[in-house]
Amino acid sequence: MPQIEEVTQSLAEKLKKGKADYLEARFEETQTSQIVYRGKVLESIGRSTASGGNVRALVKGGWGFTSFNSYDGLNDRIPLAIEQARAAGTGKSHLAPVEPAKETVPSSAAKDPTTVSLAEKKRLLDEYNEIIWSIPQIKTSHIQYSDGRKKVIFMNSEDSFITQERADVTLYLSAIAAKDGEVQQVLISTGSLGDFSKITGLHKQVKEIAQNAVALLDAPQAKDGEYTVVLDPFLGGVFAHEAFGHLSESDFVYENDRLREIMELGKQFGDKHLNIVDSASDPAGMRGSYKYDDEGTPSVKTYLIREGKLVGRLHSRETAAKMNEKPTGNARAVSYRFPPIVRMTNTYIEPGAMSFQDIIADIKEGIYARKMYGGTTAMEMFTFSAGEAFMIRNGKIAEALRPVKLTGNVFNTLQNIDAIGNDLGMNQGGGCGKGEQMPLPVSTGSPHIRIRHCLIGGK
Amino acid sequence: MEQILALAKKAAKEAEVFEIASEETRVKFESNRLKQMRTNQSTSVALRVIKDGRIGFATAAGTADRQQLVKDAVETAAFGSRAKFKLPGDARYPKVDIFDPAVESVAIKDMVALGEEMVAALTEHTPGILCEASVTRSVINVRLINSRGGKAEYKKSFFGLDIEGNLITGTDMLFVGEQESSCRPITDPRQVTDPVLNQLDRAKEKAKSPTKLLPVVFTPNGVASALVMPLITALNGKTVYEGASPLGDKAGQKVFDKAFSLRDDPSLAYRPASRPCDDEGVPSQKTPLINKGTVRGFIYDLQTAALAGKKSTGNGNRGRGSLPNPTPSGLVITPGKTTFDEMVADIKEGLVIEILMGAEQGNILGGDFSGNVLLGFKIEKGKIVGRVKDTMVSGNVYKMLKDIAAIGSETRWVGGFLQTPPFYCKELSVSSKG
Repeated sequence: MPQIEEVTQSLAEKLKKGKADYLEARFEETQTSQIVYRGKVLESIGRSTASGGNVRALVKGGWGFTSFNSYDGLNDRIPLAIEQARAAGTGKSHLAPVEPAKETVPSSAAKDPTTVSLAEKKRLLDEYNEIIWSIPQIKTSHIQYSDGRKKVIFMNSEDSFITQERADVTLYLSAIAAKDGEVQQVLISTGSLGDFSKITGLHKQVKEIAQNAVALLDAPQAKDGEYTVVLDPFLGGVFAHEAFGHLSESDFVYENDRLREIMELGKQFGDKHLNIVDSASDPAGMRGSYKYDDEGTPSVKTYLIREGKLVGRLHSRETAAKMNEKPTGNARAVSYRFPPIVRMTNTYIEPGAMSFQDIIADIKEGIYARKMYGGTTAMEMFTFSAGEAFMIRNGKIAEALRPVKLTGNVFNTLQNIDAIGNDLGMNQGGGCGKGEQMPLPVSTGSPHIRIRHCLIGGK
Repeated sequence: MEQILALAKKAAKEAEVFEIASEETRVKFESNRLKQMRTNQSTSVALRVIKDGRIGFATAAGTADRQQLVKDAVETAAFGSRAKFKLPGDARYPKVDIFDPAVESVAIKDMVALGEEMVAALTEHTPGILCEASVTRSVINVRLINSRGGKAEYKKSFFGLDIEGNLITGTDMLFVGEQESSCRPITDPRQVTDPVLNQLDRAKEKAKSPTKLLPVVFTPNGVASALVMPLITALNGKTVYEGASPLGDKAGQKVFDKAFSLRDDPSLAYRPASRPCDDEGVPSQKTPLINKGTVRGFIYDLQTAALAGKKSTGNGNRGRGSLPNPTPSGLVITPGKTTFDEMVADIKEGLVIEILMGAEQGNILGGDFSGNVLLGFKIEKGKIVGRVKDTMVSGNVYKMLKDIAAIGSETRWVGGFLQTPPFYCKELSVSSKG
């Protein structure tokens, strides 16, 4: 297999000479392993390697993009992308300036999962699976482990040449309990930017999910309606990402005048104590962290909401130029087969001052929602599913409930956040989907937060 | 491929090489304008080996290093699951029409024109709407060979149109959209835009939903977004084998309303879900899953079928080359006799659901579904009076389909994988902020 270094060398000069407003090429090499358990047995195990690239061209505001994993006829790819861009372009090209960079960023992996033997990985997963199955009434389990290394070489017609490497590991565990036709499941979804040790030693949590799944079989269902709801860091992070974060992605906003009015910077979106951040640079070492995005723009820490006010949003070079703002380094592509689009990285609500006890202290009847199955959003509307839920009665956590689903309008909900905890927690298991591109490694986080008047649906 | 198979046969008892190659061209419109043109070329090879009775697996996308591929597959076989199946030998495949050379020769300018027509239809109908649209054509080549003489090869063409419109008024946001696909060129964009104009007409007025039990009509999109996932999961032979399917011990029993019939059909001409064989080289067959309310079958790939003591139904699907999994090809729900208009006319107070958001997040195994009505309408006195917002609907597929008010007579393909009529449900739990 030709190494992408060899393939790319000849291309850099040709990009600079191409007749387009802007040209870039991105090449990628990946090695991944995947292990899947269904029930008591290891169901599948496999390894993959992939190598491929793309060329993207901008002419008069129109983009041409060609991806390939055969390097035959590579020299024809640049003229093809230019021709496509020319056919699509009818206006003017806009790209915010970015300082060209020449840098090699090695993987920061502490214990690189791709160097761990298959036998060791299997031993760990066997241990977890045995714990799940040691709990009576567990009907089945599902485990999905994957890890990988990825090397990306990016270059453009402005003389950037960036090589970045990363290693990634994710683990999904689910315990499924059943009784009299009732089925309940509880799961763990976690991961790390390349540190295998982050997914070891979870034995206690694994036992808990199995026990909780069984306990849910006898739990009552919450009555549908409006409640004061407390979200744990996991769900708070999902809210920050799904409900609000996607609205901060400028590709939704920049050509949509009415949405621009709604998302006008300076507007008060929440109470003074509310701060929401997206940042690939700080904290470093998270699954959404990187030094340069897939357009070669350095990542920065971006406040989206500061003291309740909308103060920022996420940009590619094109959306930044069109909105007269600074690029934030949020143009990401899930693989070489796709052009970069505006995406989140590590998105979190900053911690406040309140303890968990203080947050629930004055709730007479409310719901404490933890963990999640999933979440989706369509602009202002969001829905997410808690993996576990409890009633709060007279300031205390009371009986466990069947999983609940929270839904609402993001603008109202942000206004209704009236307490923010001091206990920020980041979740590393996330894979974000947008359009055709998923899963993209991201992380989400939050302290415990309290939301008044939140709509809860059962089941 | 032949060389990979030869190498693999030296290291393992059985081997199978699967290759999928595709070329795709797409024109993309954003904010009502042509924005991007794109081509994708991709080839991937998957190698499955059986060594010492265990399955090993590796894939390579792009220029594969044959030695490395064989080495990876053999190494994973040491930990792989026990192979219970035999790879199929040389087989006869049914003839299924899935390739039309006309797709490859659709000119870029004609694709652009189709996109412009779709956008124009919406913007002329509803000024201020912002559309994203795309027109896609592609051809895929699938080849498979194995150590038992099995051999399959086919070519499939694809043509797809999709459009999504977004209209913002104040802080109110409305989403509409539709898509259509075929193995032949689609020349009339109204196939996609007419249903969207219909959605826009129905959404012109706003309506309030009460919080109570209400009759609900699911459109074909609504059926796909709310009801189908729990059924697909329960009819998957793997879920059945694990004992997790609520239908697993119900074969031959009447579980659903007698109006409800569902089958898997990979043989329909020029449907993107059709094919002469599955991705393991098992010939395609029609599989009845639910017949007049009675559970008739489940879907299997080779390994799952062997574990369960059944025969593969030709549903081994491997996407771009992963290990096979039982997956439906084209799901077809038998239409009933009631028209959509008759359903609406029958309802004093109720909802029409076009898209239920987040319905797949709940307890799918148990058949529970619930979600936020992303696009839905209120029915009052037999008429659609406007769009509802901030409304959640929840129910249980098994309870609901046991006793349905009616199944519609007009079917539509949704997402290329499901042909369904509308469903009229007697009552579902609705909660709303109004």
